[in-house]
Amino acid sequence: MDHVVIIGNGISGVTAARYIRKLSNKQITIISAESDYFFSRTALMYVYMGHMKFEHTQPYENWFWKKNKIDLVNGFVKTIDTDHKTLVFENGNTLNYDKLIIATGSKPNKFGWPGQDLNGVLGMYNKQDLENLEKLAPNNKLCKRAVIIGGGLIGIELAEMLSSRQIPVTFLVRESSFWNGVLPEGESTMINEHIKSHHIDLRLSSNLKEIISDENGRVKSIIIKETGEEIPCNLVGLTAGVSPNIEFITSSKIETNRGVLVNRYLETNIPDVYAIGDCAEQREAIGNRKPIEAVWYTGRMMGEVIAQTICRNKMTYNPGHWFNSAKFFDIEYQTYGWVFAKPKENHAHFHWKHADNTKCITIEYNTITHEFIGINTFGIRMRHETFDTWLTEKRTIDFVINHLSDANFDPEFYKRFENDILATYKNQLQNV
Amino acid sequence: MNKNLEESMSLAKPNAQDLTVSQKTAVFIGVLGLFIFVLALFNVSFPNRGLTISVALGSIFIGVFIFSNAAYLNTSKGIKNDGVWFKSISSRGVLGWAIGIILTLFYIVLYFYPQYLGLASKGASNTGLIALFDPLSLLLSGRPASQWFVYGTLYTLAILVFGYKFILKYRHNRYQQLRTVSVMFFQLGFAFLIPEFMARLNESPHYNLPYYDLKSMWPLNYYLFDGWSINGFLSSGTLGLALLIFGVLSVFVVSPILTYKYGKRWYCSWVCGCGALAETAGDSFRQLSSKKLSAWKLERWLIHTVLVFSVIMTISVIYTYLGSDPDKFWLTRSAFLLSIGILLTSVFAVVMLFKRQELGKDARYGAIGYFIIIAALFIMHYTGTTDKIFLIKSSSLRSAYGLYIGSIFSGVVGTGFYPILGNRVWCRFGCPMAAILGFQQRLFSKFRITTNGGQCISCGNCSTYCEMGIDVRVYAQKGENIVRSSCVGCGVCSAVCPRGVLKLENRNLKNRINSRDILLGNDVDLIDLIKR
Repeated sequence: MDHVVIIGNGISGVTAARYIRKLSNKQITIISAESDYFFSRTALMYVYMGHMKFEHTQPYENWFWKKNKIDLVNGFVKTIDTDHKTLVFENGNTLNYDKLIIATGSKPNKFGWPGQDLNGVLGMYNKQDLENLEKLAPNNKLCKRAVIIGGGLIGIELAEMLSSRQIPVTFLVRESSFWNGVLPEGESTMINEHIKSHHIDLRLSSNLKEIISDENGRVKSIIIKETGEEIPCNLVGLTAGVSPNIEFITSSKIETNRGVLVNRYLETNIPDVYAIGDCAEQREAIGNRKPIEAVWYTGRMMGEVIAQTICRNKMTYNPGHWFNSAKFFDIEYQTYGWVFAKPKENHAHFHWKHADNTKCITIEYNTITHEFIGINTFGIRMRHETFDTWLTEKRTIDFVINHLSDANFDPEFYKRFENDILATYKNQLQNV
Repeated sequence: MNKNLEESMSLAKPNAQDLTVSQKTAVFIGVLGLFIFVLALFNVSFPNRGLTISVALGSIFIGVFIFSNAAYLNTSKGIKNDGVWFKSISSRGVLGWAIGIILTLFYIVLYFYPQYLGLASKGASNTGLIALFDPLSLLLSGRPASQWFVYGTLYTLAILVFGYKFILKYRHNRYQQLRTVSVMFFQLGFAFLIPEFMARLNESPHYNLPYYDLKSMWPLNYYLFDGWSINGFLSSGTLGLALLIFGVLSVFVVSPILTYKYGKRWYCSWVCGCGALAETAGDSFRQLSSKKLSAWKLERWLIHTVLVFSVIMTISVIYTYLGSDPDKFWLTRSAFLLSIGILLTSVFAVVMLFKRQELGKDARYGAIGYFIIIAALFIMHYTGTTDKIFLIKSSSLRSAYGLYIGSIFSGVVGTGFYPILGNRVWCRFGCPMAAILGFQQRLFSKFRITTNGGQCISCGNCSTYCEMGIDVRVYAQKGENIVRSSCVGCGVCSAVCPRGVLKLENRNLKNRINSRDILLGNDVDLIDLIKR
């Protein structure tokens, strides 16, 4: 009986384990140094905000693992000896595997800023970060101000977390507008306004120069590169993106670049060793996707696929139409298909925004064929299945705009905006 | 829970939502109103009871009004669950336990020792708290107050004031707002005012109407078919007969149609009084319901046992009633039993024929078991000699049901334990009406909660805030729709979801239950998948 060992108990690793169990009777072991049981990383923010307790972030009750014969090991793998198919743990223990799945996820980026390792500086990624945050910023008496470096999805979540305890937040964003490497201008501007409406001190086009220490090695302040301004603070959150958490692998024979290099079967260069989730790097990017996708959904999909391959149904990782979602304070965001910050060649954007500045949509389409390429929607929920079908059927933007109500997923009795959107659309066409 | 987190949580008070000045004022005003009730309880005699009761009710009203405005009106529109698990009242802290104990004791006194509240013994006039409510009762129905009038008034007040708070909390969500307006309307009109006005009618010798809350259906309204109740209806002319017919139609015709179209939510979270209290005053406790699989198992056995108990009890009560004067009614005992037998058998047969595959193993065993018990009792009636159907005297059955289910389960445990077990303990584990509606919702209804493709991130907000203890996430993260008998359709899972994954819908029956092997978004070759 094959022994499948999975390093990492995040969504990728756990999905792989669950599907392998569904498909086979193999021995399964999941290793993690972070937590005893699988929890939803995306939910950590709600623990700090008091919406949930940590136990609520665990999707399966603790008996689940034993009942499904999935062994859980709490340990930190130090090296992988692929010649002998052996894992060596930090404490000297070893474990043999027949198939190895690397699903170790990401770690927060640090760009060599002076003071980046001081006490009071943290990322917001794993459970230990949450525990640190509880200690460093339990309330606004002990943490009088926090500075967040990096304007992405984790940065804005950390800002929301801290402001739920009424800790003043300064939010340093390198770009000229929030997340405008991904979001088109209209949307990015709207989110800027929304961030400010939540009393966040948003600093655009601002980089970190250095973090200053007090006499005890704790964060005292930071300095902004552009202005030289010093901002006193008790906490610095580093949220300038994440990168694959693969340090322990680089000494092994497994080939790595920024992540663990895999082919479309999610196989590494070593037989019987696979990598999935945030830590995997495709040798060649798939479509418009990045070679490394640090997204919950793609991690889950890779887990679903690798289970098939391991259970003798070899399958390529073949993600369908791109989709994603996030929430910026009170504004929900969903995306289906591709909407680029600036329209690609022969593409254009149709943009509609509600007067209250909390709802908008952007549709990217081909100006020659009128093919619908993708939609970003803010403050209006849309149906995944409907857009997935429309993308497959290569519908035109006219069709999409005229059938938008079929895709609406807002709760019953919500105000609808399809007519308004249609009117704006017709208006803009006339002006072209 | 992780030890480190527990420790660090206690480092300092994490809840930054300190009370504002206006909230402190609001607390003062509200507590003042409550304090008047306490004084009345200790038999302090107020010079002008009409004025005093108005001041007491008014200040509670104003207190909650100001408090809610301060809590929500100055914040952005959106989900307001910050600090729920830090606050003592909503996380089984000292405040939560204290309120739970006070409520429980209140219910015990209310049901079993109403004299402590000042209920008059025959002929005397009320004292204490109940006397304080006399002016209001005289105004509405012309009768002095009873413990039930006091309870009804406070119950309605709680729904109105906390309903207002709930509407502000969900300023961005029209489903929540309309639903709350609806329960406030039905409580105030149907449960509180109309029965009082019906009592006015009884001043005329032509009317002898029993207390009847029109929206409260059998079997939740387990006394609807009691002898005194039926006698009351039948001795109240056309109106009485119409009301009785309405009572029968509402459970056998109106309810099945509405439940087919909208699910049980049309009743449980839009109309019902128990639901109304749970959704308004109980909203702060919804996260306390247990989501364990074991709790679900217990729920299924318990609620259906209560249903069977209530059915047997009611059959037996009506059976006895029909026998009391055989010439009085066109309906004979045998005809009655026969029609009930046919009804129950056809429900059982239809489910076993068409929906067998949708029943869990325990549901099948349970259904067959209960069916055998009821069938055996019928057989015993027809072959036996005993005059007592089901071996036990109907009056003993009836009083046991009233005591254990009607009073202790629905009142003392159901509401008293809000801050400990969550706000839907009765609805989830005990209510026979919920069992009937849920049974239909699970098998014959267009209602479901749709999961939005592959968008779930397993965060757990939906499960945490499900008052019925449904582990919503289990379905959402598999891309499956949620079709559960216990779901009351409150819509909070959909509201708290940060990714727009859940939507309450009434759509066609096909594909209502949609388990899938691979979630949407992953283009695996499905032919490949099947080959394996």
